[in-house]
Amino acid sequence: MLDLQGYGPSILDGARLTVAVALVSLAIAMLLGLITALAKLSGMRAAVIAATVYTTIIRGVPDLVLMLLIFFGGQVLVNDLAPMVGYDEYVDINPFIAGCLTIGFIFGAYMGETFRGAILAVPVGLLEAGAAYGMSRGQVLIRILIPQMMRHALPGFGNNWLVLMKTTALVSVIGLEDMVRKAGLAAGATREPFPFYFAVGILFLAFTTLSVLALRWAEKHYSAGVRQV
Amino acid sequence: MDFSIITENISEYIDGTWLTIQLVGMSLLIGLVLSVPFAVMRSTNRIFISGPVWLFTYCFRGTPLLVQMFLFYYGLGQLEFIKELSQSWTFLQNAYWYALFAFTLNTAAYTTEIIRGAIVATPYGEIEAARACGMSRSLVLRRVVLPSAFRRALPAYSNEVIFMLHGSALASLITLVDITGAARIINSRYYSPYEAFLTAAAFYMALTFLIVWGFRQLEKCWHAHLKPRETN
Repeated sequence: MLDLQGYGPSILDGARLTVAVALVSLAIAMLLGLITALAKLSGMRAAVIAATVYTTIIRGVPDLVLMLLIFFGGQVLVNDLAPMVGYDEYVDINPFIAGCLTIGFIFGAYMGETFRGAILAVPVGLLEAGAAYGMSRGQVLIRILIPQMMRHALPGFGNNWLVLMKTTALVSVIGLEDMVRKAGLAAGATREPFPFYFAVGILFLAFTTLSVLALRWAEKHYSAGVRQV
Repeated sequence: MDFSIITENISEYIDGTWLTIQLVGMSLLIGLVLSVPFAVMRSTNRIFISGPVWLFTYCFRGTPLLVQMFLFYYGLGQLEFIKELSQSWTFLQNAYWYALFAFTLNTAAYTTEIIRGAIVATPYGEIEAARACGMSRSLVLRRVVLPSAFRRALPAYSNEVIFMLHGSALASLITLVDITGAARIINSRYYSPYEAFLTAAAFYMALTFLIVWGFRQLEKCWHAHLKPRETN
């Protein structure tokens, strides 16, 4: 049962890819989220409008549609642009890059909302104190704002991460061999889909459980020095 | 952009929209009906009542909807008695019911946790006051706890409705022709991903705005007592 008729190792390979996609997407999402949050808080009209349009589109369109749009649309776009820079061969979009970009792009919007709330929760006095010590804006950002906002951002960040991890299942649709696709291949070969999809479900549950435990630890860590009620 | 592709095939999108609305509406309705008793069970102290519900929500919230749907659609078809049943009940061969089943259980799990959160947040004084008035446990639940819990759950539930709309796009992966399914067909027919998927995106955006607007109306009515008082 455990080696799933010889397909166990292949599904574990897929699980590794799932984790890789999730982590790369998370990095993209955090970067985009921070930019979005700062843009929304900057007060500059153009930046605020751009960030609002971005988050509204993400909230309004299903992730699957966005992924298909970026994968198929990106393919057409790249092949239209490639001849202009003097490259004549047909370009295939790497599904790993397309998948990570899409998921990162989607969760960048949700991270943006989380970070915005967390930044607002940092007392202004702390930032002023930093400036009074002669720190530059960048130094205040890295030394004070980001470490201080972590505590407020963690619960929302954790939720986003849990949803992001489950969204990675969608990359199987654009041909990436993650564990859902591996299970599909095994199911097609053996004509017994149930155990394979069940195993994938168990693996996702395991990832979720590990993440929840890690997040609980991190929340404790970043709340050190705050009085517990 | 070639708009003629969109205008010629608009009827496929409209048919797809009906299927999307049907799937989302039905699964939300059944999911909500299931989740209220589940949430009440989940918020009791007795472990053998709350435990099974906890396990249910844990499993359905911890795995992707895509995997759940594949497990039901492909996995259940493997079982002998389902095969035999679908001989006599041919509707069991239709992917629609499997998608609906997966969506319903999924949204029931999320909604259970939303309502449970709202039930647990009931101020204890309200329950004490109701008990002091001589109401029985079920009457307290019906008159005091649930009405205020529904009110508190409304903002989180509106998010769940939007997520369910987004999740319903997955139905296109098991042969159903919803909005995304229509877009996939048109993309493969003309190889024009922008026209196909941007149109689908526009349909989903419209539905999302409709949902957001609807919940805002509902909040106006249910949260009227929370509005800041107008001062002259």
